[in-house]
Amino acid sequence: MSIGHTLLGLLESGPRHGYDLKRTFDEKFGHDKPLHYGQVYSTMSRLLKNGLVEVDGIETEGGPERKRYAITDAGITDVETWLATPEKPEPYLQSTLYTKVVLALLTDRDASEMLDSQRAEHLRLMRILTDRKRKGDLADQLICDHALFHLEADLRWLELAAARLNKLAEEVRSA
Amino acid sequence: MTPAGSLLTASGLRKTYGPTTALDGADFSIHPGEVVAVMGPSGSGKSTLLHCLAGIVKPDEGSITYNGRELAGLPDAALSALRRSEFGFVFQFGQLVPELTCVENVALPLRLNGARRKDAEQTARTWMERLEVDDLLGKRPGEVSGGQGQRVAVARALATNPRVLFADEPTGALDSLNGERVMELLTDAARSTNAAVVLVTHETRVAAYSDREIVVRDGRSRDMERAV
Ligand SMILES: Nc1ncnc2c1ncn2[C@@H]1O[C@H](COP(=O)(O)OP(=O)(O)OP(=O)(O)O)[C@@H](O)[C@H]1O
Ligand SMILES: [Mg+2]
Repeated sequence: MSIGHTLLGLLESGPRHGYDLKRTFDEKFGHDKPLHYGQVYSTMSRLLKNGLVEVDGIETEGGPERKRYAITDAGITDVETWLATPEKPEPYLQSTLYTKVVLALLTDRDASEMLDSQRAEHLRLMRILTDRKRKGDLADQLICDHALFHLEADLRWLELAAARLNKLAEEVRSA
Repeated sequence: MTPAGSLLTASGLRKTYGPTTALDGADFSIHPGEVVAVMGPSGSGKSTLLHCLAGIVKPDEGSITYNGRELAGLPDAALSALRRSEFGFVFQFGQLVPELTCVENVALPLRLNGARRKDAEQTARTWMERLEVDDLLGKRPGEVSGGQGQRVAVARALATNPRVLFADEPTGALDSLNGERVMELLTDAARSTNAAVVLVTHETRVAAYSDREIVVRDGRSRDMERAV
């Protein structure tokens, strides 16, 4: 995810301090991965250098100085362009799971056992996310659903692969 | 062999239909209050396993014990009494009686167990409230949507306070939002009454509402807790 664009977008509703930006980002988008202060600091200085934000004020009272940032017109255009540009869909062609299956077959290891333990691992995470979704608000539900649909896709693939394992083994070993 | 504390246990189930082997040595066990998903490819024997566990189909071989009692040893009358009083059922579709109103449908199993009409409908109403379909009391199944009908069916299955709820693709005909809501309500209700749920599904997002899953392949079951 583009942290720069996201922080910039958060600034559109009004100037904020770096700390405030980090807190809002973590709350809305951070989930299990909060931002480091260092990331916020380096991102803001890059945006500053590119003229997408400006310093709106500096507080020095008690402790280190705190800059307040405001978005510039160029910054607003940048957010606008980012939002209007579709994200490239993940091609999903480099799959660790597929690589593991083929290697297991090539080395005469038990590929179906591997698929089964992967399946169990995926479902375990799906249970955790489902539970979290049940207890969460709409934002939580949507973010968990996004993850759940992707895990579901993996699981469907795991099932398909399991069902075609013998055929794949023939192909892989004859190649 | 019965795992400690389990409510319903099956071991070595075999069932053939002519040349077709539907179950080929399947095992199963469930504890009170547990939700177990039964997954696996189409035709692998999931429904046959559920039907055997519920005493609807007799296996050719193997044993099924419910609460310490061997099902095979029970006369048919005792078996159907057990099904009526201790088990609840939800299927994919077509399970409500079209001539009865929704509240009458939910009250029906209570009436069959000898409850008075007024008491049965009062209990039915409470369950319909829990499943968020108490606005459909007087409607007939033909006048409600698939998702609403499925909630009514879940209310009916739970109204007798079953110890085991058997659900075969209970969300199979619903979109994912409705299906998940039904699962949420179903598992909440089952947990609050400490009922065990045997949940046959091929949808992983539905299975994620379970506590653990078994996978049936070619009539044999695999407990996925042991897959890791
Ligand atoms: N009453 C029956 N008569 C004959 N064959 C049957 C009967 N019931 C099931 N079978 C066969 O037994 C096998 C297992 O069927 P079952 O209905 O248990 O599968 P399933 O896992 O529930 O499949 P699905 O996901 O499609 O519902 C299949 O080959 C099926 O054709
Ligand atoms: Mg079936």
